[in-house]
Amino acid sequence: MSAAVRIGSPVDIHSPVEVHNAVEVHNAVKVYGDNTVLRGIDLEVARGTVTVIIGPSGSGKSTLLRAINHLEKLDEGFVIVGGELIGVRAHRGRIRELPEKEILRQRSRIGFVFQNFNLFPHLTILENITEAPISLGTAPAAARELARTLLASVGLDDKETAYPRQLSGGQQQRVAIARALAFDPEVILFDEPTSALDPELVGEVLAVIRSLTGTGRTLIVVTHEIGFAREVGDHVVFMDEGVIVEQGTPDAVLDHPGHPRTQNFLSKVL
Amino acid sequence: MTNTIRELDRGIRLAPPSPAAQPASLPDTAELARLGTRRVARLRHPGQWVAAALVLVLALNFVQTLFTNSSWEWAKVPTWLFSPAILTGLQLTLLATAISAVVSFIGGIVVALARMSANPVLSTVSWLYVWVFRSLPLILVLLFLFNLGNLYPAIGIGIPFGPQLQVNTFTLLTPLALGVIGLSLSEIAYSSEVVRAGLLSVDQGQHEAAKALGIPRRRQFTRIVLPQALRSIVPSYVNQIVGLIKASSLLFYVSLLDLFGVAQNLGSTYPTDVIPLLVVATIWYLALTSVISVIQFYIERFYARGVFRVLPPTPFQKVRRAIAGARAEIRSAR
Repeated sequence: MSAAVRIGSPVDIHSPVEVHNAVEVHNAVKVYGDNTVLRGIDLEVARGTVTVIIGPSGSGKSTLLRAINHLEKLDEGFVIVGGELIGVRAHRGRIRELPEKEILRQRSRIGFVFQNFNLFPHLTILENITEAPISLGTAPAAARELARTLLASVGLDDKETAYPRQLSGGQQQRVAIARALAFDPEVILFDEPTSALDPELVGEVLAVIRSLTGTGRTLIVVTHEIGFAREVGDHVVFMDEGVIVEQGTPDAVLDHPGHPRTQNFLSKVL
Repeated sequence: MTNTIRELDRGIRLAPPSPAAQPASLPDTAELARLGTRRVARLRHPGQWVAAALVLVLALNFVQTLFTNSSWEWAKVPTWLFSPAILTGLQLTLLATAISAVVSFIGGIVVALARMSANPVLSTVSWLYVWVFRSLPLILVLLFLFNLGNLYPAIGIGIPFGPQLQVNTFTLLTPLALGVIGLSLSEIAYSSEVVRAGLLSVDQGQHEAAKALGIPRRRQFTRIVLPQALRSIVPSYVNQIVGLIKASSLLFYVSLLDLFGVAQNLGSTYPTDVIPLLVVATIWYLALTSVISVIQFYIERFYARGVFRVLPPTPFQKVRRAIAGARAEIRSAR
């Protein structure tokens, strides 16, 4: 990962005290019309850990994840990643939105992996990975070099000239992960990364995610793979109806859930 | 849920078997084994042959008149086809169409983006623009422009009720410029809708992925969204250009001599050659459209990159494959 490019730097000047948490969510509220999707979520994610968010569909877990890199704008509350407010700044007693350009700069430091991969179908695999670094000023040759390293790390170095639709779902998601790693992000968000895959392809994607654990990166994974949550999760968060119902170690939440709603959910998915 | 399935299941079983569903008696095992190794004979469609024969007879009847009817005066066509006057007209048609096509493509993108923008003033103004210029016949727009000098003898720009920079309308705008402006004004209105449809067809996930990667906004549009939108924009926009070529013949009514205008003028000077002159104009318009169709095919192929696992064959490849397939069919029938 020596060729990795870093855009911006963790802004420690904002907080002279050492920041222990990679991600902090404070009182996140999101409303769509009459539907309150997030009802004041507080969450702290420690550096270098794997947090798994589980919960029934419509519980707000994807919205929460998308709020962390500001794909979703919160109505109240804020998110701090690496000691920096994301998408907003504090100014004259209010939380105010940042200009789009600033938000884009911040997002490049946070990896995001989508359920439907969202690779760019008209670009080759290599171009999919080099697009963001080149557009943010990395020299094309260096970007290609980096992309090849990343492709090799997800076991797809022979596919660089292929187009996304020529790959299987599992391969596409591995490319999407490689793409998210282009800026060597400290935080990577996974939004149901295996939900769109055929069962036999889930394993290869989980293997790549597993390989990212224990490298000092912070991973937040929204998933329905309870077995995977138990295996790699340091921290499990159970959400329902826009609130965090229960959180703790996998053992506590998955094997000895204290709340009836957690018990009910787990009895359905296990 | 299981109950419903059971009921459905019962319903299907209760349906009486139709007599046609009775299995036909099978050939014996040895015959079956032999049949299994042979190519499957495709169903023939005799009705298609009858229809084709009928259409061919009608078409040939017409083609025959092209040769037997002396009023076509084919002998005169080659001389007119490359006559300097006609070629000058063709040049003007090409020039006016090409400039208008480029201007209205860029203008179409701008108007489409304004229409889709979150800014209510921009989106309303662009909606009004499209509404006005889609409503007006092109000839009306052209005549308005050619009378612009009477309407506004001088054109200026400046702060409303403040200082102005003014130029005489007739010196600023030549007839060709006015013609191109007229064609473009109306063309932009249509092409903006074509562009808008294309932009809307790009999956929302593409916008999100570009945002999540922190790609700058302008580049999100030029590198991610527009190339994908172009796949659906190109066929419709080429259709627009073909329309534009023919619409340019209206320039004749505002005293510009395009291909049609020249043919028309020559027709009044040489009344005996009207038919050959119309044929000449027909040939050139057909040629222009054909060239555009070929270009369109390859542009579409370019933007189809990554859409198909394997690109569909070109017409040449198709013909070659059809011949090879027919050969295989004949061989196995023997």
